[in-house]
Amino acid sequence: MSAVPADLQYTAEHEWVRLEGDVATVGITQYAADALGDVVYVDLPKVGAALAAGSIVGEVESTKSVGELYAPLDGEVVEANSAVVDAPETINSDPYGEGWLVKVRVSSTPALLSADEYRALIGE
Amino acid sequence: MSEPSSPASHRFSPLHAVHEALGAAFTDFAGWQMPVRYSSDLAEHHAVRTAAGIFDISHMAEIAVDGPDAAAFLDAALAGRLSAMAPGKAKYSLVLDEHGGIVDDLIVYRLSDTSYLVVANASNRFAVVEALQQRVGQHDVVLDDRTEAIALIAVQGPASVAVLAATAHLDIPGLDDLKYYAWGPGDFAGTEIMIARTGYTGEDGFELYVPVERAAELWAALTAAGEPLGLVPCGLAARDTLRLEAGMPLYGHELGLSIQPVQAGLGRVVVTDKPAFVGREAILAGPAEGAPVLVGLRAEGRRAARAEYPVFHGDALVGEVTSGALSPTLGYPIAMAFVSPEVAALGTVLDLDVRGTRIPATVVALPFYSRS
Repeated sequence: MSAVPADLQYTAEHEWVRLEGDVATVGITQYAADALGDVVYVDLPKVGAALAAGSIVGEVESTKSVGELYAPLDGEVVEANSAVVDAPETINSDPYGEGWLVKVRVSSTPALLSADEYRALIGE
Repeated sequence: MSEPSSPASHRFSPLHAVHEALGAAFTDFAGWQMPVRYSSDLAEHHAVRTAAGIFDISHMAEIAVDGPDAAAFLDAALAGRLSAMAPGKAKYSLVLDEHGGIVDDLIVYRLSDTSYLVVANASNRFAVVEALQQRVGQHDVVLDDRTEAIALIAVQGPASVAVLAATAHLDIPGLDDLKYYAWGPGDFAGTEIMIARTGYTGEDGFELYVPVERAAELWAALTAAGEPLGLVPCGLAARDTLRLEAGMPLYGHELGLSIQPVQAGLGRVVVTDKPAFVGREAILAGPAEGAPVLVGLRAEGRRAARAEYPVFHGDALVGEVTSGALSPTLGYPIAMAFVSPEVAALGTVLDLDVRGTRIPATVVALPFYSRS
């Protein structure tokens, strides 16, 4: 069983989104982190980068495979988590906390999945 | 994130329930549902390098070859000279096709003067059985695919001898003296088993062939004895990074039907000065002029090239990666690749195309890692 916190929103590409005012914090779900295995490299978009929902904006790489990071919404990157770049294993140990990836000033939000909808998507 | 692959149900190991109880994540491997990891790929990898790991590799295929002509048959059917191997020994060998291409790589154990056990990759089980059947000809031998009856448990790592010695109800005469690439009989709680000092990790270690009915008990006894010594269950993810560091080929990556052994650095495995064997003429003719050769590549940073990524020399496409990972032991990216022979010399600097980014990598000798 993977944790799917009820207070977050999700995408079908296994990102989570925490919306506070017009800033969204984005990470990957525990399900995705578990499927990848130990994360050893993270490539994140730079501060100031404009994101378009659905576009590939980064990579999360494990010993075993590579996952692409999709922008869950439109906006501008206001912060990238440099701590997770230096210690990518944080994505495995705390995907919804210290393992966050980017903060985005949101210009528009497409429909995201609720926790229940995401849980159904991953079959749990 | 891109979609993680979803589990598909297929063939199950006799140890499947054990793995489920341990919370393993499973992957499809050649139609088998096998553990890809139990906890952490990296922790499992490091345990094998520093202490010990236990692997279920029951998906491997075991084919018994029995009869008065067993030795002569294998000399004709395989690339090596199996007749020259003494009972109690093991040998790495290859099944070739008539073009000198590799049908599979194998470990062959000589059980007696007239009996061998051929261990093939799960993915090639039926291709190997078929090739061997076709090559029986006039030889007085009987082939028996025993894959369904035999479970295979590997214990690998510097603490392996201590783990086996401490395992309850496991009696292995001459364990300390068992040589690398040799095997001996053992007894586990009244059942005869076979213990081989072989493996696929680059460490000291053993592979234990046990009837499927006793596999779960043996696994439990080994883990109970091993846990105080640092033994952990390990999945196929760790097995892959361990074998890659050790420069060991994986069929479908470094080996295949379009590859002659010499291209993969396995020329020594083929014995050409023996009577006819399948592939002999093609091997003597050699691969085509300029055929790619396998090299080891070392890069800087943390981004690893993966199978099928292109390799460049300047602007010229010169090859393709077959396996790659950020080496857990060494801390830098390593890869094996087939490249044009003119850029295969040690020290040559090539470029790996890692999803659009060129990453320099230097041709280095294999293996990347060898135990001290």
